[in-house]
Amino acid sequence: MEQIKTGKNVILDQTIEYVGILAKLELSEEEKQAAKKDMERMLDYIDKLNELDTSQTEPMSHIFSVKNVFREDVAEHVDGGEDTLANAPERKDRAFVVPKTVDQ
Amino acid sequence: MNLLSLTAVELGKKIKAGEVTVEEATRAALKAIEVKEEQVHSFVTVDQEGALKRAKEVQKKITEGALTGPLAGVPVAIKDNLCTKGILTTCSSKILYNFIPTYTAEAVLNLEHAGAVILGKTNMDEFAMGSTTETSAYGVTRNPWNTEHVPGGSSGGSCAAVAAEEACYALGTDTGGSIRQPSSFCGVTGLKPTYGTVSRYGLIAYGSSLDQVGPIAKDVTDCATILEAITSYDKKDSTSIERKEADFTSALVDDVRGMKIGIPRDYLGEGLDSEVKEAILAAAKILEEKGAIVEQFDLSLVEYAIPAYYVIAAAEASSNLERFDGVKYGYRTKEYQGLHNMYKKSRSEGFGAEVKRRIMLGSFVLSSGYYDAYYLKALRTKALIKQAFDQAFAKYDILLGPTAPTTAPKLGASLSDPLKMYLGDIYTVSVNLAGLPGISLPCGQDSKGLPIGLQLIGDCFQEKKIIRAAYAYEQSRIYQHSPLADQ
Repeated sequence: MEQIKTGKNVILDQTIEYVGILAKLELSEEEKQAAKKDMERMLDYIDKLNELDTSQTEPMSHIFSVKNVFREDVAEHVDGGEDTLANAPERKDRAFVVPKTVDQ
Repeated sequence: MNLLSLTAVELGKKIKAGEVTVEEATRAALKAIEVKEEQVHSFVTVDQEGALKRAKEVQKKITEGALTGPLAGVPVAIKDNLCTKGILTTCSSKILYNFIPTYTAEAVLNLEHAGAVILGKTNMDEFAMGSTTETSAYGVTRNPWNTEHVPGGSSGGSCAAVAAEEACYALGTDTGGSIRQPSSFCGVTGLKPTYGTVSRYGLIAYGSSLDQVGPIAKDVTDCATILEAITSYDKKDSTSIERKEADFTSALVDDVRGMKIGIPRDYLGEGLDSEVKEAILAAAKILEEKGAIVEQFDLSLVEYAIPAYYVIAAAEASSNLERFDGVKYGYRTKEYQGLHNMYKKSRSEGFGAEVKRRIMLGSFVLSSGYYDAYYLKALRTKALIKQAFDQAFAKYDILLGPTAPTTAPKLGASLSDPLKMYLGDIYTVSVNLAGLPGISLPCGQDSKGLPIGLQLIGDCFQEKKIIRAAYAYEQSRIYQHSPLADQ
């Protein structure tokens, strides 16, 4: 295996806080410190990509050209909703129960 | 006779000829699972009742002549990230601990149309993130060749079930090597098709631009037969491709005369175990003796595949896994204050460490200020890697190399250093980045008695070339059953 260089990237506490918000994850103090170290190490490794000159290369998201696939707006897989609702963590009659989202 | 020691096609023939009933085959598999699970733990869920009910239905259709295909009545194990209507589907995550899909994945549906009997759902790394099946929330799967070792991952349960002969064949999924690497570690054959060949509808997404469903079985004939059954154009998957020549079994021919095979020199360098290298070169020699033209060449860019892969896969994962929020299905935290707190707590308690690690990395590389430097850079690297393969396939019909740098590591040896674990994917991830088909098949054992996998890579849509070469190579050896299979 190749040697992994470390120590170049420094992730700040506020960056981890911010990424936690984006990722919708609540990390304990211990997890945050571990995540910082993990990410610094991964980014040091990922920085290897900077050895490549990609200035003349377009980003490739898909191998084949993808185009939107349209279909008529006709309902399929209609199960009456009961099977779907059966998976709900919390339900009331024919609805999913969620915490209040709008203040009156 | 042990019915599970047969290949899927062999068992299908016996069922068709009336020598074995579907129920007998299903009961034999359920019995094997009962006896071996304590040692191997390939399954998260075993659907005994459903399988026996289904066996009767399939038998009726076979007797009536309505089902005549080669896989009719053969029991199968399905990786637990493929939705199965009415059967628990967990992705080996706590966050889906109680999720019962309301529909079946297209690939599984295609198998059902071919007469498959689903035995249950196999263990995997949580959300397919891992190379050892140790990140499962439901316990580790053990390697049937030596239960102190990992089966590989992320389709470790599927590969272990086939190697332990709990099922004749299985479906797996491959985002960065997750069919091929565990196939290599478990001494079975696994094929990752060209991106877009098998519908991803009903596959719980990890890295959508990389994910493909594929077969895992004892031999190349089974893999070609299963691939033929699961290949379909599906308008429900916007990346699905209408394959013209999907008669993959027509390539089961023992003839590689004139076939040009390139061995990337970069796949034989530092980090490759010497016993693995020896076995790979011996396999290449056999193909050469059979008339193939084999030479080594420089593929280039190999060391950039893993960093590019982890950026792209993590980015896509962070987006794909946003749907797990404790609202409509799956785990919801017990105590919370307001909606956002519920999301955060449900996700933080529901996801394991490796999944959180990749969601964090993915969120970071997609965030404003880092998007160009990391995400777009990785996509540009992907384009260069694809070009390197295009150049290689201008010269060679197929590429040959190892599937993994080593044989299966011991349980517990990999997770402490994720980056080191990621480096084990070096020969497999670039195939996903370039959307290519790849197959791993057994080509020997190391001095510890652990299987070694030979990887053959084809250009896009050239599954038949790798199937032909794999089949020709396979004729030179006898399938080795794992110690757990013989019990």
